[in-house]
Amino acid sequence: MDSALSSPSPGTGASTGNMYLSGENQTLVKLLIAGPFGVGKTTLIRALSETPPLHTEEVMTQTGASVDDLAGVREKTTTTVAIDFGRLTLPGDLALYLFGTPGQKRFRPLWQDIARGALGALVLADTRRLADSFEVMDIVEEAGLRYAVAVNTFPDAPEYDAEKLREALDLHPETPLVLCDARDREQSVDALIALVGHVLAHTHEENPNP
Amino acid sequence: MTPRQSSGRRLVPAYLATGGRAQPSRNTLDRLTLLHSVGMPITSEVRPEEHRILELLQPGALSLAEVAAHLHLPVSVVKVLVADLVDAGRLHARAPIPEAEQFDRHILERVLDGLRSLKS
Repeated sequence: MDSALSSPSPGTGASTGNMYLSGENQTLVKLLIAGPFGVGKTTLIRALSETPPLHTEEVMTQTGASVDDLAGVREKTTTTVAIDFGRLTLPGDLALYLFGTPGQKRFRPLWQDIARGALGALVLADTRRLADSFEVMDIVEEAGLRYAVAVNTFPDAPEYDAEKLREALDLHPETPLVLCDARDREQSVDALIALVGHVLAHTHEENPNP
Repeated sequence: MTPRQSSGRRLVPAYLATGGRAQPSRNTLDRLTLLHSVGMPITSEVRPEEHRILELLQPGALSLAEVAAHLHLPVSVVKVLVADLVDAGRLHARAPIPEAEQFDRHILERVLDGLRSLKS
């Protein structure tokens, strides 16, 4: 009944740009780009997304004891945070969504909603404040997601060798660590490949049914 | 993610857009639910916010999160509106991959192949 009513719309195609999904049969999947404020989550999403990053506004009804320095929303009972996200269409009818996810524990209620159905998380870290990413890794682990760590190589950040970074971040030996300039599309794609490859390597053929 | 102050206030409070309801009539809707129009003409009986959703989706399909972002409405509000539109047969909604298949190797392989193809 419904399908009989649908008619081809002449407006689709070039005139609408790539704002719309390329088809109704696409499989929609998501990865989280997690990290502390200012670490480059939106920069990385912008580097990869085919559309300018979008955002949804989320109202947090409970406020944490420590409000982020950058937020400037002290003494409010509700906090509005914007969740930035982007979309990357991949061959094979896939639309990969990248959701920038705040790392603070006070955003936990929001986390549960955004993390649902995610394939994994890319945790961004900044060598100038590595410890800020600990809380993020905790929340990602609590959410039951596998993750890789991408150290955003800011131009003025001190350089570390990978082994020292792994040690400083207390990473599990199997957790991938990549260095990545979040502004660079190629490097950001590499970071996602490291993440998805890691998740795949730890996903077993568990389904006993044919 | 960026903290935002109250910039660009919508004219109608979000709770009025849904007719005062906070819960959608169906709870299977997700940020990644794929929404597309059934091609039914938009009549005057739909509420203004619903009208905007149907109009936005006329040229093509979008995820629920994208609809919320384009219309500057909270995701929770869009879920309520979309549920009503689906109930009324005005909108198609397709759930994202079920949670059980979240770690399906096949999906992961497709994503990995897709990402690798971007590099060649």
